[in-house]
Amino acid sequence: MPIQHYLFLSLALFSIGVMGVLMRRNAIIVFMCIELMLNAVNLLMVAFSKMMGTADAQVFVFFIMVVAAAEVAVGLAIIVMMYRKVHSVDINILNRLKH
Amino acid sequence: MSLHEILFYFLSLMALVCALGVILSRNPVKSVLFLIATFFAISGHYVLMNAQFLAVVNIIVYAGAIMVLFLFVIMLMNLNADAEPQKSRLVQFAAVLSGGALFLVMIAALKTAGIHAEESKIDSSGEIGLIHNLGQVLFKEYVLPFEVSSVLFLSAMIGAMVIGKKEEARTEA
Repeated sequence: MPIQHYLFLSLALFSIGVMGVLMRRNAIIVFMCIELMLNAVNLLMVAFSKMMGTADAQVFVFFIMVVAAAEVAVGLAIIVMMYRKVHSVDINILNRLKH
Repeated sequence: MSLHEILFYFLSLMALVCALGVILSRNPVKSVLFLIATFFAISGHYVLMNAQFLAVVNIIVYAGAIMVLFLFVIMLMNLNADAEPQKSRLVQFAAVLSGGALFLVMIAALKTAGIHAEESKIDSSGEIGLIHNLGQVLFKEYVLPFEVSSVLFLSAMIGAMVIGKKEEARTEA
């Protein structure tokens, strides 16, 4: 397969993730769309690693997965805490962090 | 069309349809299941590129650990489609428009990028994605970031526990 096909597929997945972040109000869905965008970038990095013939990009993908796992643990803890306080995961309510 | 191409287009279609299902379905549990299917399609792409280690890690870490965490949080909160807040039609239309505009701009910018045709063939040959080679690179050149990421995990674990603790326990202490 030419590299352009992987480029367009990753771009489409990334754009779908951007659309999801912009159009949903559920904080968990927004968070899942961010994971989708991370995965689109991972796919493109593996394709470029195959194109260049070096393993460094695949190691970076491994580190992206590591950071994403840590990010999800902290982010979901924040969402659960906010849900306990305001009984909602609506980001229009969550924007008033002070109260 | 070779088998490789058929598999590529099938997995691409599956990834795109399931990604659209994530952002379009009203029920959050269905969104999680669509996202798991998307991750399986992306893992299939890794197998096609002979990046077997990343394919397995993607399934174990993303589909196995992270999405189960999402599923548990959604089930704890007892969210359903009726209580789902919706943005107004105008905002949704603007979101789709801006996402599509981003897609078109990036396509237009990258379509003419100078990638030489002879080195841009991605097939399932080569051994750089196997665990032996990745282990050599990871523990020779990237051993310091690897160890730092363990500190990151420790801090994330402690942070999640401190944030997720009940409010009464914190005031008593």
